[in-house]
Amino acid sequence: MKQNKESETGSLLRPLKTIGFVLKKPQTLRYPFEPKEPAPRYRGFHLNDWEKCTGCGNCAEICPNQAINMVEIAEIQPKPGMKNERPQLDYGRCCFCGLCVDICPAGSLRLSRDYFHIHFDPKTFVFVPQDEKTDHEHFYPIEQYSIFKASLTHRRQDYEGFSPDLDFALFDPQRVPMKEVEPDKRVLSFVEQVLGYDREEARAEASRCLECKLCEEACPAHMKISDYIKAIYEDQPAEALRQIFEDNPIPSICGRVCMKHCEKACSLSIRGEPLAIRWLKRFVADSITDYQVALGQKTAEPSGKEVAVIGAGPSGLSVAYFLSLKGHKVVVFDSLPGGGGTLRVGPPLYRLPLEAIDKDVDYIASLGVEFRFNTTVGKDVLFEDILKSYDAVFVGVGTRVSRSTRVTNSDRAYLALPFLEQNKLGKPVKVGKEVIVIGGGNVAMDVARVALRLQHIQYPNEAVVTKVVSLEDWDEMPASKEEIEDAKAEGIQFNPGWGPKEIKVADGEVRGLLCMKVKAVFDEAGRFNPTFYEDELMFLEGDMVIEAIGQRADFSFIPQQILEKLEFTAWGKVKVDENGMTTIPGIFAGGDIVNVNLDAVTAIADAKVAAEGIDKWLRRKTT
Amino acid sequence: MNGTSGNKTSGSSRELELYFGPQHLGMVGNFSITLKVEGDRILEARANPGFLHRGFEKLMEYRTWIQNFPMVCRINVIESGSMEMIYSMAVESLAQIEVPERAHYVRSIYLELCRVSSHLFGLWAYSNMLGFDTVAQWAMYHRDLILDLLEELTGGRVYNIFIWPGGVRRDFPKGFEDRIVETLHTIGSCVPDYNTAFFDNRIFYERSKGIGKITQQEAKELGATGQTLRATGLKFDIRKVAPYAAYDKVEWDVPVREDGDAYSRILVIRDEMIESVHMIFKLLEAMPQGPVYNRIPNPFKWKIPPGDTYVRCESSRGELGLYLVSDGGERPYRVHFRTPSYTNGLILLEKLLQGASIADVGNIMISLYVVAPEIDR
Repeated sequence: MKQNKESETGSLLRPLKTIGFVLKKPQTLRYPFEPKEPAPRYRGFHLNDWEKCTGCGNCAEICPNQAINMVEIAEIQPKPGMKNERPQLDYGRCCFCGLCVDICPAGSLRLSRDYFHIHFDPKTFVFVPQDEKTDHEHFYPIEQYSIFKASLTHRRQDYEGFSPDLDFALFDPQRVPMKEVEPDKRVLSFVEQVLGYDREEARAEASRCLECKLCEEACPAHMKISDYIKAIYEDQPAEALRQIFEDNPIPSICGRVCMKHCEKACSLSIRGEPLAIRWLKRFVADSITDYQVALGQKTAEPSGKEVAVIGAGPSGLSVAYFLSLKGHKVVVFDSLPGGGGTLRVGPPLYRLPLEAIDKDVDYIASLGVEFRFNTTVGKDVLFEDILKSYDAVFVGVGTRVSRSTRVTNSDRAYLALPFLEQNKLGKPVKVGKEVIVIGGGNVAMDVARVALRLQHIQYPNEAVVTKVVSLEDWDEMPASKEEIEDAKAEGIQFNPGWGPKEIKVADGEVRGLLCMKVKAVFDEAGRFNPTFYEDELMFLEGDMVIEAIGQRADFSFIPQQILEKLEFTAWGKVKVDENGMTTIPGIFAGGDIVNVNLDAVTAIADAKVAAEGIDKWLRRKTT
Repeated sequence: MNGTSGNKTSGSSRELELYFGPQHLGMVGNFSITLKVEGDRILEARANPGFLHRGFEKLMEYRTWIQNFPMVCRINVIESGSMEMIYSMAVESLAQIEVPERAHYVRSIYLELCRVSSHLFGLWAYSNMLGFDTVAQWAMYHRDLILDLLEELTGGRVYNIFIWPGGVRRDFPKGFEDRIVETLHTIGSCVPDYNTAFFDNRIFYERSKGIGKITQQEAKELGATGQTLRATGLKFDIRKVAPYAAYDKVEWDVPVREDGDAYSRILVIRDEMIESVHMIFKLLEAMPQGPVYNRIPNPFKWKIPPGDTYVRCESSRGELGLYLVSDGGERPYRVHFRTPSYTNGLILLEKLLQGASIADVGNIMISLYVVAPEIDR
């Protein structure tokens, strides 16, 4: 009774207290006449920005209720890094937990504050969400919106609720940092700049992969990226190597210099850093000392056929690998003293050491491929003889002749490829103290950074400078961003937006480069056609000029009567069919002379096609 | 049958089996009791759970660690917070995930808001069942104000899906602290009204005093926790006994009563609400700045090292436990919940109903704070 004192002392007048409530306003909302606004974070129906959505399917993967299906949308054109699929919601299953929002790498999927859908037809509850950007029909501004009509097809504009937040995302937007040699140290020698991941770092980086496989579609060679990344995560590098070798026999090379189309497509790259796919491939190649032991590959029964491959670059090496697995005898001709082709003499040692190339080449040789190095086709052995003595020929000679600007005194300038080649073959050019590099592509970056290193080696403790002049401005420079950043960090000076006019020579010595301001690099049709302000000039002082403005193929080894039959595309590339065969039966081609990407992985993709084609060709002839 | 008065043996015509089922007025939730009555006295009661069996523990074995997180809150419809908390605690202990300091505070504040909303819901059920409709409507309205807060914080009103392994899902929105304080003051200012109309009301007092009485000894033996145990005078609260989140960071007290009856239990609930509100104010004062989430591993590749763990926390109904086993895979190997309503609703209820009057069945059941979905899972 003690606790209940008040009830004992209550008086008869107490109920009168309730009269006060008569004056109070009712708390009940007269819904729907009085609206109740959902909170700004409300988890209602989905919104999906179709332009941002990549169709990666991570939302469907994480959904605990399997409420999301990916459906093909006919009006969307798929492209690298974007599928034509979009999520379809089943609101009979959805529990509005929002995990799909937190996993969406693109940040395109959001939840709105709409929560009404009333319909007689249950099929309308299965719904492909869009937002007001692409759906102009079903989203209404507030003055036209009515709660009485509210449904999935009558929704409010600007009514976003639960939204993606990178700090709370279920994926990790940050990549495991790669250890590198500091810029001030690395410019003093040709030491490899990137040190590579160790086992733990590689596993941590591999764990970021969401397995959406957008990268695999973007990769020209369609490598099984998500599988080998998973094998790395599961600490099985040998399994990862097996997956890699299905499509790419030169992982040690590609792990260093690949143009990584995959990373550009990686869904993590949209709001964060892409998965370091290239470095992970390199980790696999580097962590396995003996490919043969890890792979245990055996070649097929000898077919008795012989194939000649001209050029030991990425396409030639890959063709040789795929064909020898199929049991064909392959002989590779190359004028250089070792394998790798352009990659042997182009990419500087700080990026691609020779041992890394030889590791891949040696493995391919171990499968029975015969390499004839230091053998120039057209000189040491004639092309027509090769044609006669082999059952099929693959031409993968690449683009090995540097173009020149052909401005006044351009004969005094060095060309990029010979400059790089001499350096890699151990006969470095004597550089000047003030080097000017013309060009804004990756080769120009290589040239500039090699020149800088040579300057430091040849003029220790002296003031040296390397300058880059490019037609393109910062934002349109074709060199990769990483290369530009690395070059900047090493102290290379950039002069973007200037075109060469004349190399100034006085007393027989190069004195510098006269440049004109660029008006536009491309014409209205988007073709490369630079125009200049002739009166806006700049003089760059320098005692050495190197031109790195592009390269082309050299077909002089092919006799004229055969070359005449070879057809070229509008791009000036060798025309091949779906089997990789040129217009001359029995001659196949791939690599830089065929594709416009001009990189190793596309060459491998060409080689895969050509190897299948050659195999078909050889077997068809026998039957 | 030869039924003579005073014969209380089984089969007597004076006995009647009464099915006190899910549709029965006064029964909250999908639950039923089979009563053997003589007159309006209950001779024996048998609880029948199973109406809400959804197989959560088994379902969880088929879902990945992150996919389970939106599901656990559904085990207790009324208070999703502590379910999310216990699952996160278990996963964090198995996977050794650290939680940022601020997240502990956000968790505690959120959990206390959930507790108040749950208690208000309980108050609605109790007062409604006993015919105090006005009080029931107040309680429902005030609960709604808290749901508004939860909606603003989490995006959901009932299934908040907010506490997840590694911290919480979002930080406080701008100005949220002020709105918590404002709402809690609104509710707090009505406590005298609640007292007058309900807790100190003579009718309610007479109706619940001495009903469903249990001694401390019995409560302990039968595994009662929460208000049922605290109403017998024992200061037992997991938040004090084994503090988690930020409960050891601020000063607060465990309210107790001595009598062990329905009236004491509801007073403990009232005092607990008031204590929770004070605790929220203190937590808001002490809350540090900083992150509220430590990123968990990629959910598609997330494997938790083999091991098992038992964690417990104080839900609004008592001790909530979770036994979680991992075999090193992407999914739990075994999940088992220890829910407070299980002991209260099955064991204690059957005992307390013996000898009670039919009119008190609902009274006793609700005072034991049984929530049927927790029993079935």
